[in-house]
Amino acid sequence: MKPLNGLFEKQLKVANLGLETFYEDLKSQSVEVIQVDWRPPAGGNEKMLSLLGKLKGKK
Amino acid sequence: MAVQTTIRKNAYYDSVTLMLITKDLAKLPGVEDILVGMATELNKELAANLNLLTPELEALSANDFFVTAELSGEATMESLVNALDALLSAKKSSAGSSYRPASLQTALSNEPQLNMALISLPGRFAAAEVEKALDAGLHVMLFSDNVSIEDEKRLKEKAVSKQLLMMGPDCGTAMINHIPLAFCNVVKPGGIGIVGASGTGTQEIMSLIDQLGGGVSQVIGTGGRDLKSEIGGLMMLQAFEALIADPETNVIVLISKPPAPDVAKKVLDLVKDAGKPVVVDFIGGDRSAIEAVGAVACISLEDAARKAVALMRGESAPSDFAGFDVPEADIEALAAHEAGKKAPTQKYLRGLFTGGTLADEAMKLLGPEIGTIWSNIPLKPEEQLKDVKVSAEHTVIDFGDDAFTVGRPHPMIDPSTRSERIVKEAAPDVAVLLMDVVLGYGSHPDPAGEVAAQIREARENIAASGGDLTVIASVCGTEGDPQGLRASRETLSEAGAIVMPSNAQAVRLSAKIMKAIRDQGGEH
Repeated sequence: MKPLNGLFEKQLKVANLGLETFYEDLKSQSVEVIQVDWRPPAGGNEKMLSLLGKLKGKK
Repeated sequence: MAVQTTIRKNAYYDSVTLMLITKDLAKLPGVEDILVGMATELNKELAANLNLLTPELEALSANDFFVTAELSGEATMESLVNALDALLSAKKSSAGSSYRPASLQTALSNEPQLNMALISLPGRFAAAEVEKALDAGLHVMLFSDNVSIEDEKRLKEKAVSKQLLMMGPDCGTAMINHIPLAFCNVVKPGGIGIVGASGTGTQEIMSLIDQLGGGVSQVIGTGGRDLKSEIGGLMMLQAFEALIADPETNVIVLISKPPAPDVAKKVLDLVKDAGKPVVVDFIGGDRSAIEAVGAVACISLEDAARKAVALMRGESAPSDFAGFDVPEADIEALAAHEAGKKAPTQKYLRGLFTGGTLADEAMKLLGPEIGTIWSNIPLKPEEQLKDVKVSAEHTVIDFGDDAFTVGRPHPMIDPSTRSERIVKEAAPDVAVLLMDVVLGYGSHPDPAGEVAAQIREARENIAASGGDLTVIASVCGTEGDPQGLRASRETLSEAGAIVMPSNAQAVRLSAKIMKAIRDQGGEH
């Protein structure tokens, strides 16, 4: 395997999850970037999240 | 006056966008107090502390958006909501109406060439997204904090097994293939590759390399915990190996707070076979182990930058740089001049920093000169400030520390907490204010302008009571940064600050002035 899978030879293409200022900074430098429209899973409901976590663990 | 709340179910906005908008809304006439945010438990608690909690807000979940405000005079909730929508839509149009997939998986199915995920989600959700990104073969930069050390270890092990980067958690600075990510300065390309476990330490070194005429190939962040025994330096070793193999990199700089001894050994063992010069700055750590393996040790971030640039040019590493850009005699004269203007009550130094590593470096360089330094990030536990909002004797504050950032953006984005403190520090016993201004992507659009008014006000207040306040600043940045190095330095000079070329030189000048004040105190 090449170190870091040859990352240094590739064009950087970024998925940004979270702060939009980072997306805007990259966009303003014409870097290929996609803003993922992320939302908290289970509507951020802690109880539901823990239930979902348990379900996933059972797979 | 009454507290009013508007809610929007299932509307999500990121925390920095909302906090910046809150700042603008708070300036509107009739808005006495305001909180805008997602209805997380933390934000509800904040609302309660501000006496802005209403039953409507209490009933919301973390996926709901709210505005709650205390209004007076002619201000109405309707006018506030109109202003909010205008700000939100201005934000949206500046970002363009581009394609926004709802998940990383969808993004990848449309754009399979994606190779880097920059993740700054709330900490408790971040690990799951990092895992998805690594599983899909993406490198990761994880800006979020509040990720457990167990998750960090597991995710880094996965990354290493797949030859991927997992920079973070709490990784603020990286530059991959000359593209600045998150908090990063714009530097010229060149042969120096950097691996950094400390964000503003990395920024100071890369900026000074650029200012000294050098250039940078890659900057890889690791997150601050990488060199603890629990993580074992997984990412520093991985990044170090990648830079050893990289033909574009001919000098390597490693930056970290002193690592765990077993981890330091692993990193230094790799130096022996690097086949290129390695500069190691284990900030304030033991230099004998570094020199024993043939690496170059340094005494400050600036010293590391100077040595790296000399090595990049094929010269041998210069001796430790403990001086100034200008002749020592000029500095002595300046110190005597500043000390001579002080009233007899003025004897303390206050350091107000937005960059944690810069604050840490200041204390390490100042400690031997001035003795006890109280801080929220003290060098010794017994020097912990009792109340971080109130300085005592000599004090150095890191405004990026958790004590100041709960429910607020980092002070490099929103420096207002520091700006307010500058005026507060203008007390009759304070002689010197020392500060950093950090430029680059991610930072405030004009951090020098943001503090200029407060520097003036603080100096005027002290002058009015018959004293003189010396303000010493350094700017971490480059001419290529969006804010511009020269313009930022000019703004600070015009406000009455003495602007030094590096954090280390700013600190050393402060120490000289403090010594001159002590010496003349002895003559009284």
